[in-house]
Amino acid sequence: MKLLLQLAIKNLIGAGLRTWLNVIVLSFSFVIIIWHKGILDGWDRQAKNETAKWETGRGQFWQKSYDPYDAFSLTEAHAKIPSSLDTVLLNGNLVPILITQGTIYPGGRIQSILIKGIDSNQKILKIPAALFLKSSDEIPVLIGRRMATDNELKEGDIITLRWRDVHGTFDAGDMKVIAIFDTEVPTVDMGQIWIPLDQLQKMMGMPGEATILVCKNKESGSLYPAGWKFKSSEVLLKSITDLIKMKSVAGIVLYIILLSLAMLAIFDTQILSIFRRQKEIGTYIALGMTRYQVVGLFTIEGSLNSVLACILAAIYGIPLLAWQASRGLSMPGGSKGFGLAVADKIYPAYSIGLVLITIILIMITTIIVSYLPSRKIAKMKPTEALRGKLQ
Amino acid sequence: MENSVIISIQGLKKHFITPGGRFTALNGIDIEFGKAEFTGVVGPSGSGKTTLLNIIGSLDSPSEGKAIVLGQSIGELNVKQAALLRRSRLGFIFQSYNLLPVYTVFENVEFPLLLLKLNDGQRKKMVMDSLEWLGLTDKVKSKPAQLSGGECQRVAIARSMVKKPEIVLADEPTANLDAANSHHILKTMVQLNKEFKTTFIFATHDDKVIGYLRRKISLIDGKVAKDEITNN
Repeated sequence: MKLLLQLAIKNLIGAGLRTWLNVIVLSFSFVIIIWHKGILDGWDRQAKNETAKWETGRGQFWQKSYDPYDAFSLTEAHAKIPSSLDTVLLNGNLVPILITQGTIYPGGRIQSILIKGIDSNQKILKIPAALFLKSSDEIPVLIGRRMATDNELKEGDIITLRWRDVHGTFDAGDMKVIAIFDTEVPTVDMGQIWIPLDQLQKMMGMPGEATILVCKNKESGSLYPAGWKFKSSEVLLKSITDLIKMKSVAGIVLYIILLSLAMLAIFDTQILSIFRRQKEIGTYIALGMTRYQVVGLFTIEGSLNSVLACILAAIYGIPLLAWQASRGLSMPGGSKGFGLAVADKIYPAYSIGLVLITIILIMITTIIVSYLPSRKIAKMKPTEALRGKLQ
Repeated sequence: MENSVIISIQGLKKHFITPGGRFTALNGIDIEFGKAEFTGVVGPSGSGKTTLLNIIGSLDSPSEGKAIVLGQSIGELNVKQAALLRRSRLGFIFQSYNLLPVYTVFENVEFPLLLLKLNDGQRKKMVMDSLEWLGLTDKVKSKPAQLSGGECQRVAIARSMVKKPEIVLADEPTANLDAANSHHILKTMVQLNKEFKTTFIFATHDDKVIGYLRRKISLIDGKVAKDEITNN
């Protein structure tokens, strides 16, 4: 084996340009696959982290009627915060949020929105609720950048807000946009406004009530208050996980195309080698190698392309990917409206596992692609091969 | 016969299936070769010279009859045993040199020793000795493409002799060389034959080679037409 490896290295390097072309194509595949997967992993990590920080926390209790995909459920989806959670609440390990429907009239248009009431003293979510404490306005409101852009709202704007209280009575008042926050999580931004929890409870006639309770720690999930159901982080972030999975599947198509190109080059080279190097094959056999040793030699030669590609990819890929990881990948302006958490910049995440799996995958594929044409050698007649006669 | 018999061929026949039907390349050969012979199998193209050499070299097997080389029956060897026989006890010289193009002269000559798994020191000494016999010490780092035809054939001879095999099989070794180079190479082979008692068997129809042979076996249509000792 050691001998075959030595010979294969010599042959491969001796083949010059042919080898380097294969190696360059293959190294390109290495880098692109790792880069693309790193971007998706980075996006996945960033989206989940940001969504947890802005929206989901480490899990949520939902009032039993609450269904985020059914706006009509909101009329029923509210209840007193269970007294069993008082201690947790006081310790700042839970933040209650009351959600209801409303309508705003920006620039004379009607816009249905969600009104979310959040505790001004909460420190679990990144919603800048502390700003409410500085405001003396009747209905101070926080909105996200997307909401502001979509409705042409700016800080200081006063617009009419209409809502329907717990008895079904319509009421209205002037709300003032006290701040616009920037977030990468559209689900706390688009089509909604944030107001102080006690204010909303008062407006709705729902004192001490909430729709959801956001947990600071996973452990809070073990409390099981009656009438509330616990949703873990995994459940709440499932849509992001599913989306990234879908993107990964699409990425596989790209990997297959890239790998196919590289493998085609290697397969072609192997076929050409066996076709052009018949005399050499005959000579190896005449000098005392078995046909299977020669098959092994050619397979190792082909497979070594992936080793050289791995080295080359490391030479230019590591600095390139490290630079990309530190600078991040700027996302286009329109990506804010994707409807899922996308940062201005995505920082790729390259794990050892990702690199190892990519290397192993490419190496195994290269070995197979190198072996398949090399099997022909086992059927060659050495006497014909020595004369360079095509077989 | 100069010495003890090392190759014994009895009733050897070799048939090939061709598009035109069955072709008999060797048709009942009975000959023996002794140690340290300098023998040529001569004859026109298609007479079966190369086929005979291929069978002696365990690159091919008999269709009928027996070829016993260095005590081993070629027809009964499996692929591995045949490879081992070639690797350790036989040397080959080809008409078109068959040097490995990406290797240097040193590496080409070293190749058979790598297969024998000799250590670095042994290999280096044996390669340098072999290159010295052939006057190639100044070409150690050259690649085949940088050498003349004569030099390439000398490298091929060095490669065949480096492991000091008992038999060297040379198929038309001078066919691609001019007269001066042919004589130079043949003189070298005669010298090696005398010095190391290596048996040289040529397949040739080149008069220059025939002029150096001590035994000449003429083949016609796959049969031995004449087997004569010459005055060389």
